[in-house]
Amino acid sequence: MASEVLTSAEYIRHHLQNLTYGRLPDGSMGIAHSAEQAKAMGFWAVNLDTLGVSILLGVLVLFLFRLVAKSATSAVPSGGQNFVEWIVEFVDNSVRGSFSGRNALVAPLALTIFAWIFLMNLMDLIPVDWVPHLAKALGVPFFRVVPTTDPNATFGMALSVFALVVYFSVKVKGVGGFVGELTLQPFGKYGLPANLFLEGVNLIAKPVSLALRLFGNMYAGEMIFILIALMFGSGMGLAAFGGVLQWAWAVFHILIITLQAFIFMTLTIVYMDMAHQEHH
Amino acid sequence: MNINATLIGQSITFFLFVWFCMKFVWPPIMQALSERKQQIADGLAAGERGKHELELAGKRATSELQQARQKAGDIVAQAEKRASQLIDEAKSAAKIEADRVMSAAQASVEQEVVRAREALRSQVAALAVAGAEKILRREIDSKAHAALLADIQNEL
Repeated sequence: MASEVLTSAEYIRHHLQNLTYGRLPDGSMGIAHSAEQAKAMGFWAVNLDTLGVSILLGVLVLFLFRLVAKSATSAVPSGGQNFVEWIVEFVDNSVRGSFSGRNALVAPLALTIFAWIFLMNLMDLIPVDWVPHLAKALGVPFFRVVPTTDPNATFGMALSVFALVVYFSVKVKGVGGFVGELTLQPFGKYGLPANLFLEGVNLIAKPVSLALRLFGNMYAGEMIFILIALMFGSGMGLAAFGGVLQWAWAVFHILIITLQAFIFMTLTIVYMDMAHQEHH
Repeated sequence: MNINATLIGQSITFFLFVWFCMKFVWPPIMQALSERKQQIADGLAAGERGKHELELAGKRATSELQQARQKAGDIVAQAEKRASQLIDEAKSAAKIEADRVMSAAQASVEQEVVRAREALRSQVAALAVAGAEKILRREIDSKAHAALLADIQNEL
């Protein structure tokens, strides 16, 4: 749906720009109206769309879960309770299968991750033009509705998981145990620099791969939706073909969004399990 | 696409959500699930127990039935024995009675015979006397021949 005044490059850039709030070049606080302005804001700016949508979705899903949890009975479950129980049991089975330690945090953590990321990914199935156009009509210059295509969101979650992993590693093994794990293997104490390098990479790779995997998948998926949407502005034949493609990609994407949410959850469980294991 | 403070906001949100889930969502649902699991396990156990009891009851019924049958057989056998005993008793009583009746009959018949013989004898004697009287009326005085007639009477 690229209009005459917009080139394809501008269209794509527009769709990939977050609604950023921060200090403008003239010193006042406000919303960036271009990518350059957003970049100039530096670190101390927030993406209102990412935070807004993710908080909204998180509150929504937790509210629904809470509703069910409050009225949960051991009698024959109603439809809603049945559905939530199904998810909870699925997560619980995953935790039981991968996590051998004892920690009351891990299962709710996994449930939150799975439900939240799934919903955030699900926003990808909203046709790419709807939300930006609606935002434009309301006077908002940019709006990206899929929080997981913003690396801030995925790194935010991955670093939180990483913090939990480090915290529980130290709590279970003690500072000495954690440092020892980093420095005394696999080559013994005389290979300390090599050990530190290998284990350091190993440790850092966890949050980075966790965040980049989710971000990469969702970003690429959104990019393909945007490229397909470009076809709508170039003639009837291409537009019809684009419609078919978009439908097909959306169907395929249902698998990807579920899979990515599941992978993020499973890896979190596995990392937490590794944090609780005394020996390698 | 820039890394900015959204990262921190997202982390804080994440921890808040996890805390909320851990505090208010997970425990009640898990409790309901484990309670239901317990109920189902109890139900299954009760069903198993019921089945077991049914089996026991069936066994008891069979043994009771067998006992009853045995008892009934015993009673029938006893009754049969008693019946044959009764028949034997009746038979022997009847035989004794028959013997008695028969001997009585025989006795009475003999008596009758004796009596008939006596009667016959006296009648024949009378007949003979009458005949003789008729014959002898013309020839013999009955008083003269009385001794002879008494002799004949005795011989008959």
